[in-house]
Amino acid sequence: MIKFSKLATKEQEPVVEGFFHREFHRHPPAYTPRYKSSVVRSPKLALVSIPNSLSELTGPVFGHGILGDDDNDLTVNYADAGMRPALGERIIVHGRVLDERDKGVPGVLVEIWQANAGGRYRHFKDGYLAPLDESFGGFGRTVTDAEGGYEFRTVRPGPYPWPNGINDWRPSHIHFSLFGAGLAQRLITQMYFEGDPLIPHCPIVNSIPEPSLVDSLVARLDLANTVPMDARAYRFDIVLRGRRSSQFENRS
Amino acid sequence: MAIRSRVLHETPSQTAGPFVHIGCTPNRIGLAYAYRGQDLGERLFDNGVPGQRIVVEGCVFDGIGTPVKDGMVEIWQADHKGLFNSPQDRRGQSSLGFSGWGRQATDPETGEFSFRTIKPGETPFVDGRMQAPFISFWIVARGVNLGLHTRMYFPDEAERNRQDPVLSKLEHACRIQTLIASCVSDNHYRFDIRLQGEGETVFFDV
Repeated sequence: MIKFSKLATKEQEPVVEGFFHREFHRHPPAYTPRYKSSVVRSPKLALVSIPNSLSELTGPVFGHGILGDDDNDLTVNYADAGMRPALGERIIVHGRVLDERDKGVPGVLVEIWQANAGGRYRHFKDGYLAPLDESFGGFGRTVTDAEGGYEFRTVRPGPYPWPNGINDWRPSHIHFSLFGAGLAQRLITQMYFEGDPLIPHCPIVNSIPEPSLVDSLVARLDLANTVPMDARAYRFDIVLRGRRSSQFENRS
Repeated sequence: MAIRSRVLHETPSQTAGPFVHIGCTPNRIGLAYAYRGQDLGERLFDNGVPGQRIVVEGCVFDGIGTPVKDGMVEIWQADHKGLFNSPQDRRGQSSLGFSGWGRQATDPETGEFSFRTIKPGETPFVDGRMQAPFISFWIVARGVNLGLHTRMYFPDEAERNRQDPVLSKLEHACRIQTLIASCVSDNHYRFDIRLQGEGETVFFDV
């Protein structure tokens, strides 16, 4: 294991240990021509590898104090008081944010965005025929608890056509943005739904190099956590990069 | 005993897509009163925070020179003394009222971004040498499959840039310029980011 030397500082001497290196072969490469937008937006030159110093080991911290009561409930967080909740199949999306050492990561800001039940985004650039839902904004956020747990209530997003191939449809999906403790852990990804027949046809899904890796983005129906007569649950765990052991831990 | 090795693997990235703003900067795109009216990362500092006020503007360009109008740019930096607003920085308390983190959608008409912030102090590299002042950038957009890390250094820090442990190690010295902002006027810097092609910005594997 590579060890970084300790920082020479005036006060306390922190033990600086970087994150496990990123396994690029488990991520989509930059250039994936079947996903046409990547063609002119993919760097052609190699990334320059640098060791993690404080700028990558640190990152913004978002406490639970930023959250409002309904920030993680997309069925009601856009509707004004007295309006009906969002239209669509009511679901709970929950899981844990873990690091690569299988430890829950507390305090992670999780932000999600999605289309409505008809497959339409509330965004000025989305002109799909499916109508907007006046009670649905399509954004939610939460901060993970002490064990890394998170939970959202929402409606299942619809699939939608998109301008890539002449007949490309996105499978139902929810976008996830995550902040770990350090900038090097920053991640944006997408969650898909178990059993969706569109998954294997999607050029964005297929930017991922192996089918087994796609599996890790597919939320499973979680009957045990379904709320009877209310909402089905889907389980989606997310793994952020882990940090190498500190010297203190090595001694224990 | 603590687990020392990797037992799980990072979840694969997927593009942020063209609608990232709904989730991250909803007020900026007109979803009024989302999260009580404020997008996270709108402001980096409160009045009264010490340090040199600066503006950092720029544009993200694709491989044929077209502005990326549906992207999102995040910045992260130390305060004027070189301290990060994070419990992971145990060297001391950073300036109260300075978040160190900013986030903006690129302008839907022009692709421009513009941050008002504080000029960062110098921060240590892993071997204890000091680095020239810089701002970390993270860029996502439709067509970007994995968020891109880069750094902006300052044009008025030529000497420290020359000695910087990261800049001085770049194999192709001609690419250093892609990491150094230009000076628009006093305290006003411009940092254009080129995703591909001529003048392609150096992106880092951190």
